[in-house]
Amino acid sequence: MSHSSLAPLLSARGLTKRYNGRGGCADVDIDIYPGEVLCIVGESGSGKSTLLNALALRTASDDGALTYRTAEHEVLDLLTLPMPRRRMLARTDWGFVHQNARDGLRHGVSAGANIGEPLMANGARHYGKLRETASDWMSQVELDAARIDELPSAFSGGMQQRLQIARNLVTKPRLVFMDEPTAGLDVSVQARLLDLLRTLTGKLHLAALIVTHDIGVARLLAHRLMVMKDGRVVESGLTDQVLDDPQHPYTQTLVASVLPV
Amino acid sequence: MNARTQESAIAEGYNFAYLDEQTKRMIRRALLKAVAIPGHQVPFASREMPLPYGWGTGGLQVTSAIIGRSDTLKVIDQGSDETTNAVNIRRFFARTAGIATTTRTVDASIIQTRHRIPETPLTDRQIIVYQVPMPEPLYRLEPRVTECRKLHSLADYGLINVKYYEDIVQHGSIATTYDYPVLVNDRYLSSPSPIPKFDNPKMHMNPALQLFGAGRERRIYAIPPYTKVKSLDFEDHPFSIQHWEHECALCGSRESFLDEMIVDDEGKRMFVCSDSDYCQEHRAENEQGVA
Repeated sequence: MSHSSLAPLLSARGLTKRYNGRGGCADVDIDIYPGEVLCIVGESGSGKSTLLNALALRTASDDGALTYRTAEHEVLDLLTLPMPRRRMLARTDWGFVHQNARDGLRHGVSAGANIGEPLMANGARHYGKLRETASDWMSQVELDAARIDELPSAFSGGMQQRLQIARNLVTKPRLVFMDEPTAGLDVSVQARLLDLLRTLTGKLHLAALIVTHDIGVARLLAHRLMVMKDGRVVESGLTDQVLDDPQHPYTQTLVASVLPV
Repeated sequence: MNARTQESAIAEGYNFAYLDEQTKRMIRRALLKAVAIPGHQVPFASREMPLPYGWGTGGLQVTSAIIGRSDTLKVIDQGSDETTNAVNIRRFFARTAGIATTTRTVDASIIQTRHRIPETPLTDRQIIVYQVPMPEPLYRLEPRVTECRKLHSLADYGLINVKYYEDIVQHGSIATTYDYPVLVNDRYLSSPSPIPKFDNPKMHMNPALQLFGAGRERRIYAIPPYTKVKSLDFEDHPFSIQHWEHECALCGSRESFLDEMIVDDEGKRMFVCSDSDYCQEHRAENEQGVA
């Protein structure tokens, strides 16, 4: 392993974001390494989405430190990074997959335009090439490339989610944030999507931070796991280790509460 | 009372060019800032004018702020000097400022316009004032004003290409034909006001000062003389202007922007210059040539 893959991509220390002194997340330490899938699990209101938004700079943190290592090995202090650099990062190095595809897609324009938009934001100005890339990505996420000119509303929920993933991966990001990417989809669609995500993260050497309340998702995708409760990380470690031998009482309840199939 | 005497009579009781001096000074300050940052929308305290919004309240205020006693004013609406809007605004300034008015482009020092740039090239002694209904070029793509401002401050204009992409998907070419957004001085995206895209190339490196006033939206912006103005496009679908198979039925011009008019109940069509002054001049030249 090279030196760069040993250093964390994104690193937070004591990250805190509270709402009027309550809720949110507090004092979170987290490291995400290149190419690894890290899952944050916890019940509703445990602060996992807040943490994700704080890490992705979608919400301002109250306290703590947050750094990011670029492909050129420059370490950026994200909390003081000027807005233009932040947006640059967000549209070149990062992706953000929303729980609801509706939030992550532009509904007035076709599937092709949705996939091409991040590229155009980065300065792509060649229609033919944009179209080629868009149809290539549609087949990568197992969508019918012939439907490139259809509006997102013409696609099913699972397809919209795949469209959203394509739109996020088209810029070849190094880190993708996902907020419950499989919630709201039926089980068979979920399984296909998870399979796709696992293939893509492996193929693209993508680091992914996935927030989920579904232990099954975590078990299937994650290399490492963090368990949150009441805004704090109560347990973290390798996925198998945490799920097979949970230490914290809350994790034990969480693992025990999964319905056996 | 007939219209002619009304036009020549200067209305009593109004300050020169209708607006009070304090207001004109405020507008001039906004104009100076607008000229200093080409294409950037500068907010100003737009006044109620004796004209409905959408009829040129912004242009009226800008003209009022810059007009002097020695100026000659031309007002056009859709290229014509004879439409209601043009006649009324011209008469408004003739009555409140007592200045000379003209329909000839070459004689005018200030040209207030709606929907067209004159075909006759402008000079560095002229100012053109545009009436702008919607100054925000990103308005249809990004409804949040705060977000639009952010996009402007970061020069983040990929959205426009998303729209053009969709145009090509649906129509085979970029379907925007008027109010075609332009990048001013390689920095700010601006709305050229609803002029046909035919006129966009005229804005590039124009010797005249171009001022834009949006009354309802309370914004002023400007393109200083000899400034780069680029119409956005795709590399493989470059910007192009309209062309006609016809020539003007009145003057025979092949260079000017043509209006299609239906002249009888059988649907007979006629193509004529939209710029009435240009058409007249061209006809006079032709007659001289024949004589």
